[in-house]
Amino acid sequence: MAHVFEVFRQERKGQAFQHAGSVTAPDERFAEIYAREQYGRRQESVALWLVPREDVHEIDEFPDEFEMKYRRVDGYSIKARLREAREKAGTLETAPGAHATEDE
Amino acid sequence: MGVKRDARTQEFLDYVQSGGQVETGDWMPDEYRASLVKFIEMHGNSELMGVLPERDWILRAPTLQRKLALTAKIQDEVGHAQLIYRVVEDLGKPRTACLDDLVSGKAKFHNVFHYPTKTWGDVGVIAWLVDAAAIVSQKALLKCSYAPYARIMKKICWEESFHILHGRDVILAMVTGTDEQFGLVQEALDRWWEPLMHFHGNPIPADEDPMYVWRIKSQGNEAARQQFLDGYVPQIRELGLEIPDPALRKDEETETWLYTEPDWDKLRAVVTGHGPASAERLAFRRLSREDVAWVERVVLAEAA
Repeated sequence: MAHVFEVFRQERKGQAFQHAGSVTAPDERFAEIYAREQYGRRQESVALWLVPREDVHEIDEFPDEFEMKYRRVDGYSIKARLREAREKAGTLETAPGAHATEDE
Repeated sequence: MGVKRDARTQEFLDYVQSGGQVETGDWMPDEYRASLVKFIEMHGNSELMGVLPERDWILRAPTLQRKLALTAKIQDEVGHAQLIYRVVEDLGKPRTACLDDLVSGKAKFHNVFHYPTKTWGDVGVIAWLVDAAAIVSQKALLKCSYAPYARIMKKICWEESFHILHGRDVILAMVTGTDEQFGLVQEALDRWWEPLMHFHGNPIPADEDPMYVWRIKSQGNEAARQQFLDGYVPQIRELGLEIPDPALRKDEETETWLYTEPDWDKLRAVVTGHGPASAERLAFRRLSREDVAWVERVVLAEAA
């Protein structure tokens, strides 16, 4: 009976392991031999992870009903507020980039 | 094409045609799955059968360096077959069934692997030009709508990059050698030009090609051939080699290569197992399958 082993490979030390593909093998020993041959033969990996396919638990639904934009960079529009604050403080003229745009 | 498809299938088709990608566990129409299996299985078969013409030359390679490079290339191609059959298995067809269909002649493999190799010149032409034609096709798979295949193609294209250099190096060594060596290259080119022109298939419109319709590949047959001609005709001619087609020229107005229409019936005959080396290659594959059957039995018994 052959089992499927998912193969993750690390290209260089310090990098994240990335899913590379899979091998079928009757047991872990053969899975290791096949993975070495197919994903490390050409020195393209410094390390491999082998995981039996049935041990991979996938989660793929991430509902975002409330669109919680305050957690994201695009949830903030600083520009208009900053202008208002500078106007109030009387620093609009001396603000960085203020003249560059007005000279146009 | 006037094919009636149900709403779910149509939605899927729109999704892949707009660049969407599919994973193994996702729902897919049967027609799509069947097209994927047919295409990817033939690719796996071609990698496996493609090593046989080159294998014949390991013992006859002119130098140790060439022998090592050729062996490494063959090892890569067999590795590609392994990676590709794994993708087919996840789509529902076991590797043993693929191999059964291959040796029984039911499944196809690429036309260029149905031809014999006469001299070392053929080995150079295969490694340079056949691989170049294959890379054009393979690059059109990097955006395949079936993501696991697209991902594996990235690895395969990376490995292919040295093969083509090895081939070009073999050719350059021969064309700068003796007249006899140059002659061997010219003769090999004469033999391989027709199979090369067949390689990308008959020029059916992309919209009628199911493999393009489902975005398994991202360009049609003729576009691939044009790309090959554009890249390689100048490289062949600059070496003083003559391409055996007097009609071959680029129409500067339309930016299209014109050529003598290849015999498409011949291509059909070759890929259905009637090529000059088809029977011999399949017989060898059948024999080696029988020869190693005991290994499979032992391995599986030991692991059980």
